[in-house]
Amino acid sequence: MNKTVLAGATAILLCAPLWSQQANPPDLAAQNAALEQHVKDLEERLIALEGKVRTLQSAQAAPAPAAAETPSSVASAAPQATATSSESQAAPTAEAAPVQGQAAIASSGGQLPNYGGSSAAAKALNPDISVIGDFIGAAGNANAPPAATLQPFPSLQMHESEIGLQAIIDPYARGDFFMSFGEEGVNLEEGYITFTALPGGFVAKVGKMRSAFGKVNTMHNHVLPWIDRPLVTTNLVAGEDGIDDAGFSVERILPAPKGIFLEATGQLFRGDSGDVFTANNRSDVSTVAHLRGYKDITESTNLDLGVSYARGHNDALSSAGEPGDFVTQLYGVDATLRWKPLRRSIYHSFVGRGELIWSQREEFPTEQRAFGFYTSADYQFARRWFGGARFDWSDRSRFDNLTDKGVAATVTYWPSEFSQLRGEYRFTRYAENRDSHEFLMQLIFSLGAHGAHPF
Amino acid sequence: MQKANRVFVGVVAVALLFALSGVAAAKKLNVVTATTDMAALAQEVGGDRINIDSIAKGYQDPHFVEAKPSFLLKLRQADLLIVVGLQLEIGWLPPLITQSGNPRVQVGGSGYLDASQFAEILEIPQGVVTRAMGDVHPLGNPHYWLDPDNGRRVAKGLAGKLSELDPADASYFQERFQDFDKRLTAAEQKWDAEMAPFRGRKVVTYHNSFTNFAKHFHLDVIGYVEPRPGIPPTPSHTLDLIGLMKRENCKLVLVEPYFDLKTPNSIGSATGAKVQVYLPSVGGEKQVTNYFELFDYDIDLIKKALQ
Repeated sequence: MNKTVLAGATAILLCAPLWSQQANPPDLAAQNAALEQHVKDLEERLIALEGKVRTLQSAQAAPAPAAAETPSSVASAAPQATATSSESQAAPTAEAAPVQGQAAIASSGGQLPNYGGSSAAAKALNPDISVIGDFIGAAGNANAPPAATLQPFPSLQMHESEIGLQAIIDPYARGDFFMSFGEEGVNLEEGYITFTALPGGFVAKVGKMRSAFGKVNTMHNHVLPWIDRPLVTTNLVAGEDGIDDAGFSVERILPAPKGIFLEATGQLFRGDSGDVFTANNRSDVSTVAHLRGYKDITESTNLDLGVSYARGHNDALSSAGEPGDFVTQLYGVDATLRWKPLRRSIYHSFVGRGELIWSQREEFPTEQRAFGFYTSADYQFARRWFGGARFDWSDRSRFDNLTDKGVAATVTYWPSEFSQLRGEYRFTRYAENRDSHEFLMQLIFSLGAHGAHPF
Repeated sequence: MQKANRVFVGVVAVALLFALSGVAAAKKLNVVTATTDMAALAQEVGGDRINIDSIAKGYQDPHFVEAKPSFLLKLRQADLLIVVGLQLEIGWLPPLITQSGNPRVQVGGSGYLDASQFAEILEIPQGVVTRAMGDVHPLGNPHYWLDPDNGRRVAKGLAGKLSELDPADASYFQERFQDFDKRLTAAEQKWDAEMAPFRGRKVVTYHNSFTNFAKHFHLDVIGYVEPRPGIPPTPSHTLDLIGLMKRENCKLVLVEPYFDLKTPNSIGSATGAKVQVYLPSVGGEKQVTNYFELFDYDIDLIKKALQ
């Protein structure tokens, strides 16, 4: 508004002498119109210029060779953007920062850019940084037998601080790092490069990642609908860490009848994942395969089905007491039903989910065939409030005659999008016929720009 | 093993065929937009030379769209992805782009277009931005399409982009833009005349999605039902707002179609102000199918409420 007035005033001032000379009414009207047009043109140029400056500052301008022809003509100018802008520094967009880095490389003729430059714009080259705190308190009677895989939480615990570093690496790939600082040390939860521009619609990842076995295994703690993980996860799929290993992953959307989304994922890992897979030899790699089908039933309801398979060597000892050549195979089926009415999407939603997992663990003397599942429902009954329940049932992978059962109920409150308070009551009946009643409390809080997680 | 190999070759062959057929059939540009407004503008300039599809619906909160896999089916075939930008879609679009397996629509790819670069952006925060301000957009207010002048600017930019991707139809796109420009100018004169009696009138909106509209039509937005962008109403803020509206004699509360009407209605009954659901986007109601009808609808609504 101000600039319009300013531009107008300037124009009027400049033309004032002209004006006073010719005072014929018809001329005046014509001049007025011309002036107005002139001011308008000036304003248009100003807005176009502002847009270019914004593009420069956030370096949204494309680095890809193909994008050099963007109409903005700004792409080539991006590296010179040393102008500092408080807003772009405070929160560089997910896309922006790395893109500028790429542009800087291009501008310096192949030489590595000076990332430590004194210019404040250098900060814009940083990846998106986020920290998510996960504080858990527990009370009640945790009567877990020593042999159970599910062990109680301590009374108060800074369970995890997850640091995320995410950026677009170059026009062909992006990088994501998630480091988890727990009470016992630091763990690279995930760290991988994703190749987004492969031919044929393939998407590939290389690094350490949570494998695509089922649903819960892929989820970080802070996106779980519960404080803990289901019994079947703890008993059969290596608990909180899950199948999380170094290797590579290829996924592709498959041709399917109209309206159905079908995606296949194949992964190859070193073969070390918690207590599920152990690589005794270099050749003991593990594999994970996942097929996912998805369909929108209505615009607010959708169904997501998956089947998973994982195979790797385990830590069972041979009859001679040496590392044996034993294999564990896991089969999984998962189903998720979601409902979210679009007009009231921020107030109400429902998610029902379930996973069934079969484990075949070869060991001496006999193979252990365990089965387990969970099923849960979560309902959002107000903008900030959620309630949920879960039923657990699972054998133990090493003792398939021992079965743990449990139920849990949760209440979640969101003060804002960036923090979450959750209470959970958990009842567990262990195979040893011991019961535990526990109350868990969790506070999750998020700093910085944490990229959205896949649906 | 032999059999497995044959199956594998078969799968690859089918996949290749599919990929090739996709290329061969790509006569029309496949354009996917984040919101219906961008789709409406692209439709104006693209005419029948493009296929257009929007991810978010017009009655949906564009900040909170679910990144459903079904959208990937649209994205993987897209030649051009048009986003509103200014971090409006930051909560849901980036994972879709990554998973799409479509190099064209990756950020910086030839088919990625941030339309905000063409528009006049208001409310760019100055100084330090923190989340204590709520879900503030550090790059400025992303609801810029509600100023017809910005619609024209974006359409012009889109015509340029479409011409670049499909040079054979460049003159067609330019002609369509010229035509759109003419019709919009005529419509603007009508709208400006209709809104002229209400110049300077005070309104309250739920979210700050109305800024560009208010600027263009000289309305005065004196407050919001949300205490901060993205933060649900609190009792103390609501009381403050009621006091403010009484002092300023504000008689209209505008609510986006995706917000609950409970708080606005109680504000309305406390202040005597009318509460109206206005449309921030094309497709917010069935009868609003293009960019012109969006303004027709909203102006009609505001006119009736303020008379």
